[in-house]
Amino acid sequence: MTAIAVPAVQPRRTDVRTVPLSRIISVELRKMFDTRSGFWLIASIAISAVLAAAGVILFATDDELTYSTFATAIRFPVVVILPIVAILAVTGEWSQRTGLATFTMIPHRSRIIAAKAISSVVIAIAAMALTFAVGALGNLLGAAVTGTTPRWDVTITQCLYYVLGMVLSLLVGFMLGVLIRASIGAVVAYFVLTFLLPTIFSLLAAGSRWFSEVQPWVDIQFAQSGLFVFDKSLTGEQWANIAVTGTVWLVVPLLIGLRLVMRSEVK
Amino acid sequence: MITVEGLTKKYGTTLAVDDVSFTASAGRVTGFLGPNGAGKSTTMRIMVGLTRATSGTATVFGRRFADLPNPGLEVGVLLDASAQHAGRTGREILTLAQRLMGLPKTRVEEMLAAVSLTPDEASRRVGEYSLGMRQRLGIAAALIGDPGVLILDEPANGLDPAGIRWMRDLLRGYADRGGTVLLSSHLLHEIEVIADDIVMIGHGRIVSQGAKTDLLHAAGTVVRAAHLAGLEQALKDWGLTTSATGDGALHTDADAALVGTVALEAGIALTELRAAEGAGLEEMFLELTSASQREGAPA
Repeated sequence: MTAIAVPAVQPRRTDVRTVPLSRIISVELRKMFDTRSGFWLIASIAISAVLAAAGVILFATDDELTYSTFATAIRFPVVVILPIVAILAVTGEWSQRTGLATFTMIPHRSRIIAAKAISSVVIAIAAMALTFAVGALGNLLGAAVTGTTPRWDVTITQCLYYVLGMVLSLLVGFMLGVLIRASIGAVVAYFVLTFLLPTIFSLLAAGSRWFSEVQPWVDIQFAQSGLFVFDKSLTGEQWANIAVTGTVWLVVPLLIGLRLVMRSEVK
Repeated sequence: MITVEGLTKKYGTTLAVDDVSFTASAGRVTGFLGPNGAGKSTTMRIMVGLTRATSGTATVFGRRFADLPNPGLEVGVLLDASAQHAGRTGREILTLAQRLMGLPKTRVEEMLAAVSLTPDEASRRVGEYSLGMRQRLGIAAALIGDPGVLILDEPANGLDPAGIRWMRDLLRGYADRGGTVLLSSHLLHEIEVIADDIVMIGHGRIVSQGAKTDLLHAAGTVVRAAHLAGLEQALKDWGLTTSATGDGALHTDADAALVGTVALEAGIALTELRAAEGAGLEEMFLELTSASQREGAPA
């Protein structure tokens, strides 16, 4: 090992330019796929979408075989997995301690976190496109199997609602990642927030007339449920519900989390 | 060139780093030496912006690390070789750095060859790497941007003797070409062999710093005599402090000429009189760090 192929140290560079955000985003996207666990987590979105569509074809009655049934069925696995992708993108820097390298190559945490947020949303939108495509294929296939004409009972506006709803749940995951910065803790918190808490809220609403009236202003899941029903346009009050619960459950904790991320020590 | 001025880090009432100032010059290897928990890693984390200093500054070529537009091209950093996602391959970790810094793709294979990781090893996941392989990978990642400054925290940890020798040659060559190297270690012999300048730290404070040759020269004198107790008394009478070396000799901070004069005046025949360089840095290291340990943690 005498010949060391390390090139000569250059004189101090003067033409160094700031790393563009687009490059950080592309690296962050790559980091979501380049481990076995990361790859299969994202692959599981596609796999579960296909399984859900197959389930609809197998078990739904003929008059239920519409596009909205497919889209709704596919939503369940995707809405569970997507936020975990966002959580792990953030917490990995702490739990796997890769932040030591990441935050020294880009010594501005806000840029890394912004790149992670954007790349998570990119993944979410790609997953939505896939969901719609799998749903459409399922709808065509289902119609072919039953010998009926496929029914497209979803408008573009409703599709946009659906995407918005997905991005909001993804951002809840992202927020938990930023706030907690530990993989297991953040995933547990996510399940508490999306499964345990809504159950408690609905029990409260069932037992208390007063609570059932305020529930749309308190329960973020309940407030957002209108985004996923493929039924009708949201009313102004429903949008207000989404804004209020989104501020309390998403924006405020996200701001606290971002402040912690900027100040916390990376060890 | 790295300049650290008055760096202080407080955790509650504990001073982890206490008014640390030093310079790591271009073309030289600066060894940052201290026992575990002395504040080496905290100082290095502050230098690269991972930890906020309570007060003081650290600059590279006169600029704060956070102000470097693409730090990887100017400062190679290895703080902990194990701080990598166990599921990524060695090659992938270098590829991420290569992309982030905007370097040509060929640089990845070049660096793998430079640190002697075979293509097969590079395709394995880092979780399967030995600590020595991780150190090699970490050094590759630090060097990939061809920076002018290297900041390495305990880079020799986990390397086998051949690996330590390899790293020593690599860093020596790097400094000889004009690079600045700051490396920390609690491995005294490694620092003694590789460093040109030494900054020694204990309990957050710098206890000694300077060129290695000067520091070694300041190691004092070892003297031996048949009538040792008489010699010890004579030296004390001159106001010189002495300590037993443990093998029947005395160690004193005075130089050999003064010790000889004292012995002559006292009429004591010496059997040995030499500079204490044989004791080397290790004695100095233990002496200095134990002295700062006796003071307790500064409040």
